[in-house]
Amino acid sequence: MQSDTNNKTTNKYLTFVLATEEYAVDILRVQEIKGWTKVTQIPNTPDYICGVVNLRGTIVPIIDLRLRFNLSRMEYGTTTVIVVVKVLSGHKERVMGIVVDAVSDVYDVEEEAIKPAPEFGSVISTEFIRGLITVDEKMVIVLDIDGLLNSAELAIVDRLVE
Amino acid sequence: MSIDMGAVRQLFFEESIENLDVMESGLLDLEIGTIDSELINKIFRSAHSIKGAAGIFKFEQVVAFSHVIETLLDEIRNDEHVLSQDLIDLLLHSGDMLRNMLTALQQDETCDIQQVIDCQLALQKAINSPVEYAPLNEIPVEATGSSTFPAELSEPSHEISSLVDEEENNEIKEIPQDDIYSIENIAAEDKTPVLKTKKYTWHIHFKPYENLLKTGNDPINLFNELRRLGNLSVRVNVEKLPVFDELLPHNCYLSWELELISSCSEIMITDIFDWVESECDLSLTKVQAEAPIDISSNTESLDINKENKALEPDADDNKLAENINIECSDTAVASSKTADNIPSDSSLPTEDKKEEVAPKTTESKPPALSPPIKHKNKVGTSHSANESSSIRVNIDKIDALINIVGELVITQSMLEQLSKSIENEHIVLLQDGLAQLERHTRELQESVMQVRMLPISYSFNRFPRLVHDLSTQLGKKVELKLSGEHTELDKIVLEKMSDPLVHLVRNALDHGIELPEVRRAAGKNEIGVLHLHAYHQGGNIIIQITDDGAGFELEKIRQRAVARHLIGTDDTLTEEQLYDFIFQAGFSTAVEVSDISGRGVGMDVVRRNIRELGGTIDVRSQQGKGSTFSIRLPLTLAILDGQLVRVGDNIYILSLLSIVESLRVKSDAISSITGKAEVYRLRHEYIPVLRLYQLFNVQPSTTELDEGLLVIVEGDGRKIGLFVDELLSQQQIVIKSLQTNYKQVEGISGATILGDGSVALILDIVGLIDLFQQQHTLPNALNVGVDNAE
Repeated sequence: MQSDTNNKTTNKYLTFVLATEEYAVDILRVQEIKGWTKVTQIPNTPDYICGVVNLRGTIVPIIDLRLRFNLSRMEYGTTTVIVVVKVLSGHKERVMGIVVDAVSDVYDVEEEAIKPAPEFGSVISTEFIRGLITVDEKMVIVLDIDGLLNSAELAIVDRLVE
Repeated sequence: MSIDMGAVRQLFFEESIENLDVMESGLLDLEIGTIDSELINKIFRSAHSIKGAAGIFKFEQVVAFSHVIETLLDEIRNDEHVLSQDLIDLLLHSGDMLRNMLTALQQDETCDIQQVIDCQLALQKAINSPVEYAPLNEIPVEATGSSTFPAELSEPSHEISSLVDEEENNEIKEIPQDDIYSIENIAAEDKTPVLKTKKYTWHIHFKPYENLLKTGNDPINLFNELRRLGNLSVRVNVEKLPVFDELLPHNCYLSWELELISSCSEIMITDIFDWVESECDLSLTKVQAEAPIDISSNTESLDINKENKALEPDADDNKLAENINIECSDTAVASSKTADNIPSDSSLPTEDKKEEVAPKTTESKPPALSPPIKHKNKVGTSHSANESSSIRVNIDKIDALINIVGELVITQSMLEQLSKSIENEHIVLLQDGLAQLERHTRELQESVMQVRMLPISYSFNRFPRLVHDLSTQLGKKVELKLSGEHTELDKIVLEKMSDPLVHLVRNALDHGIELPEVRRAAGKNEIGVLHLHAYHQGGNIIIQITDDGAGFELEKIRQRAVARHLIGTDDTLTEEQLYDFIFQAGFSTAVEVSDISGRGVGMDVVRRNIRELGGTIDVRSQQGKGSTFSIRLPLTLAILDGQLVRVGDNIYILSLLSIVESLRVKSDAISSITGKAEVYRLRHEYIPVLRLYQLFNVQPSTTELDEGLLVIVEGDGRKIGLFVDELLSQQQIVIKSLQTNYKQVEGISGATILGDGSVALILDIVGLIDLFQQQHTLPNALNVGVDNAE
């Protein structure tokens, strides 16, 4: 998988586990990984928005990816982790946390090795999937983190310009 | 190196703009006909600083342009021009030009060079050039003619130093023999009102203390200055001169009796002695008129003379008083600033206070008795006021500091909570230490917050120019009074308040203050007064805009409201309710729409802006007498006095200011309307009850009204009862934005971090009420929503 040729761009990706699936995000977008802490709920928001936490003085929203992808809810426990990521929203950089089951590994991935995801019609929305890669005979889904955390469904985009 | 230069360049622009502001406010303070050399010097210094700094950056055009301004100012200073309105306007205009040039340079754009050249030519024209000024004038002409001004870095600085030399030469050597002639001559050529002059004889008794010479003052310079004012005769008194053996060459043993025949005012003479005031006995007596120039030939001029005579001393006294006030308050601010910055040093503030009082008392005494401290202060304010009283800090750095301090406060309260659960014999010590830590963190937080505070003069300072321009444009005579300029408020609040204030001032000028004829007919002084006043009250700052103009016609407002179907013809409304219409969009009582105001947009924006800042505005008016707008604003947006309330497991925060009262519900005071909405009868009011758990869809400890608490809150004039489980503590909280990383949430104005590190949401009362009302217009939808969720 890892290429030694110089003319190919290789990026590091962090992968995490949701149910049985493995997802990857660009490691440069990951600010930190922290354990589960108490979250303050925000009233009248979709259930996949867990709430907000205090991250060294800034208020950071936390999104449960399981619920976002309509997977079954899992009770938060000691292995539950929050991956704090930097999201580009227009010209602004925002910090958000995503709740995942567990963090898995860091892989070097050639950009060319990322294959586009097949279309599933309207059954599964693939707009947040940048592509698929194969690592050690496993399929890993590469997430488009900006698209995911700025999507209208997540209702974060609106009034953002304000 | 180049990166550094960028920062330095930025500094240059900031400073130059500041200097321009100083120039502008100075120009606006100038009074037609009189030459206040202190003020002119101030303006001159500003122009000179811009020129000097621009030279370093090789902005040749700026250098050339400011040089022409300088030359003109110099001539004014030397009494070669009669200060006319045209001249002041020209200088103001050139200030604008300079500002345009600097902004263009700052943004790497090109500015309209033709305008600049026109303005420069106008300046050149204004400069009445006596022979000895010719060499000075050549430089700018050359610069405009060709764009290739000498580009070496050394050139401008060389020029500056040579200019300084020239200035000095002018002051010392060049003593016009016949001032009166030149003034009249120039005045006639400039087509400005001829200043008729009357000569007085001034007796000056000047007895320096022995140490005068040690302070670097030489009486001969003073006399030379005096000679420029008129005809001077000097008699020296050598009584005190000791025998040669005892004579110390460093001491001054002489005193002088001077007689000056001049048309100048008292202040012009005292100005000359300004620097030695504290080192001499000085007395000044005016001997009545000595043969006015043209007493027999022109009776008309005599009348004017009388008027002048009657007015002049008063005006001068006032001005003197004003100057003194300004200086005193400046030092006061500077010292209070230092005091704020170093709160831990308890000895400092008291010392500063002494200093603050000192100038006031000494100023009122005769100059001869003034202790040296006054002299020191004078130097401070005239030369280094800017350098010593402020530093430039990027606001981001301050915000970062505030953030860290906020964290410190949180850590402290976390530790304190922890200490309560530990049990051993050291607990008392620990608690003492924590109490101390708390005091220090609070102090630190307060002083860091103080850094963000700016005096409101930053906003007020632009009004003299605005009023000047607008009143000219409208043909009105307006006197602008500013007071409380040193009242401090948060930078953000200040910035957001600027536009609403401008709007209110424009309105007051356009609709409030009447034309001079109208005012005269109404028996009022032709000159309208517009008063901007700021002061602190509680945790708020109050800004008042008062005019003595026409005021609002309540009847007109009523008619207008009826015409717009806002009220019925027979409705009886209180004054307050009527005034409230002023703030509605599209509501204008102005008969004519001008390009200044009257379109009905604006007042609603003003009110919206103020509300966004958590402030209020109200108006009081008396027809024919004028109106007053009062704006009440919080001092800062970063801190809030909060009341913590609990609903189930959730803690929410209410602003203490919004809470009217909290009470335990008497179940018999609850009634329902159509079975859906509940109201609570509080004395004579029915207050709708908002069950917070319902609105926020959370699990409460109780749903029975009489088991929880009802917090009556008020927002935007509406009251509502919030039903919560219980009230927790009250504390100062640091407001954090939800929008930074998330978005605005209806009913929530922000968040804060509690002592245990968790986040609590701050409730936005107005938003809550809106949300509540929306849900009650759709009661079915609400019920479905709640049912589903539960």
